[in-house]
Amino acid sequence: MIFQFLTRRLFFSIVALFVLLILVFLMARLTGDPAYLYLPDTATEEMRAQFREVHGFNDPMLVQLGRYIWNALQLDFGMSMRRNIPAMEAVAVAFPWTLRLAGITVVLAMIVAMIVGPLAAYKPGSFFDRLASVLSLAAASMPDFWLAITAILVFAVSLGVLPTSGIGGPEYWIMPVGVLMFRITGTTTQVVRGSMISSLAAPYVKAAKAKGVPDKRILFVHALRNSVIAAVTVAGDQTRGLINGAVIVETVFGWPGIGKLMIDAISQRDFAVLQASVLATAAAIFLLNIILDLIYTFLDPRIEVQ
Amino acid sequence: MSGRLAKISEMLRGDFFALSAFIFLIILLLGAAFGPSLIEGSDVSMNLRMRNAPPFQLENGFGYILGADSLGRPILPRILYGARTTLAISLSVVILSMAFGSTLGIVAGYYGKRFDNIIMRGADLVMSFPSLLLAVIVLYVLKPFVFNVVIVLTITRIPVYVRVARAEVLEVKQRLFVESAFSMGATDFRILRLHITPIILPTLLTVASLDLANVMLAESSLSFLGIGVQPPGITWGLMVADGRNYLATAWWLAFWPGAAILLTALAANLLSNWMRIVMDPKLSWRLERIRTAKKTRAGATE
Repeated sequence: MIFQFLTRRLFFSIVALFVLLILVFLMARLTGDPAYLYLPDTATEEMRAQFREVHGFNDPMLVQLGRYIWNALQLDFGMSMRRNIPAMEAVAVAFPWTLRLAGITVVLAMIVAMIVGPLAAYKPGSFFDRLASVLSLAAASMPDFWLAITAILVFAVSLGVLPTSGIGGPEYWIMPVGVLMFRITGTTTQVVRGSMISSLAAPYVKAAKAKGVPDKRILFVHALRNSVIAAVTVAGDQTRGLINGAVIVETVFGWPGIGKLMIDAISQRDFAVLQASVLATAAAIFLLNIILDLIYTFLDPRIEVQ
Repeated sequence: MSGRLAKISEMLRGDFFALSAFIFLIILLLGAAFGPSLIEGSDVSMNLRMRNAPPFQLENGFGYILGADSLGRPILPRILYGARTTLAISLSVVILSMAFGSTLGIVAGYYGKRFDNIIMRGADLVMSFPSLLLAVIVLYVLKPFVFNVVIVLTITRIPVYVRVARAEVLEVKQRLFVESAFSMGATDFRILRLHITPIILPTLLTVASLDLANVMLAESSLSFLGIGVQPPGITWGLMVADGRNYLATAWWLAFWPGAAILLTALAANLLSNWMRIVMDPKLSWRLERIRTAKKTRAGATE
């Protein structure tokens, strides 16, 4: 059963990756003639022709695509034209930076949501609940690029306590993680709260209360366990949002992650790097979705994978 | 109908946050519609003596109350102009993606089989990829015109409606009145138009209202990255990007447009959250009860 599920999901993921690979290849080629984009304006026509010849841009599009896919199957994604290193190497250097940033952010956001969500759901309509709701909505409505530069203004420019950008010791992590946390924390808190309200109405909570279990224990042990699934469900959606946020945060804070790499690759028309990083991101997201599906079944034996 | 409207306005008055959000959005809409014509031309009138003029100074006229930007253009009228662009783009995206997404979702749910498979796999594919990156890549190829921004954002939002519409149709299709209409020989089109669409429409509208803030934030992010609306067009995201270079010397350049984005997105979210409760008969009694409880308490103290 579980084996069948895995093979089907893997098969679909690979097909999807393939479609994506072709789309990105075609779109990147539509941005313009690389011979004009890479070489300086003063280059002669012969130099451009030679450039096209050497890099195979003269061949028909289909041949280029075929060659690209063939190489991709052997995990060769071509050379970065700007930096003269294999494209996958650039991705391999950048990806861990994004992973670390995203990982820390998700863990912290989940912790905050699992504390604030249940407390808000404890008495729906109470002052704390309404405050938490408005604050989490505000966090979810936050334009992250604005938050990022406002944070730079306050903490780096005015107070001078944190570095404006770059990587290094723990102080370099505070602003990127803080900014990236906002929206995911807000959304997850709301989901946990909603799911806790229905969990708390369930008969087993009444039974626990009748038995004399303290409220705190009911809230954080009995009911929360059932709301974790809801939180994990949105975590999958949130990860995509997190990559969106990472593009912004990495650009503003000069973080050498995959988001910045992609934006730079687009503005420098570095096809190979763009394709490799898009593919790596998509593969990571597909893998994550499969893992999350397996986690649900582990957390809630009632769910069966199909 | 008027009775229902009265009830809704009663419920709105009972909820402080929803009411504030409603009033804010009305003022913003009026400001975006009529504001620019009241302070005509001032959004583009450069005045080099007013370069980066600080906010809260009234001697140069009300337009300068939020300060002026790096070319001496007053910020307040520019924010109102930006509201026009931002709201127009966001509303078009929401309407278009709802129309296309719902249609596809209804087809997938109603006809099932091959349609269902193709449409859902397509939706999965779009959803599996971060929307901002998709937009970045496409806009880089297609050139960032407003029209292209709308199309790209629409494509990234369509899967949401496809999924919701499909799930709803699958459920409604099973009900007795649909079966009886079918057995009486109603055409597919008639069943979809008269029996299914009216029932799933409120859910789709709620999803759309929740999505408005997301679309607004996505549009602003694109403009901020410089691949959305291009100058001389004005959007809030673009204004924040402009102000970024003057962060240390003139904070108000980036601060006000960003605050406008935050407040508008928050108001849209608050109002749609409230709408979701009103639309759901299982939940709406809560709002009514709060109201009546207050009334009786007030009556008791008199």
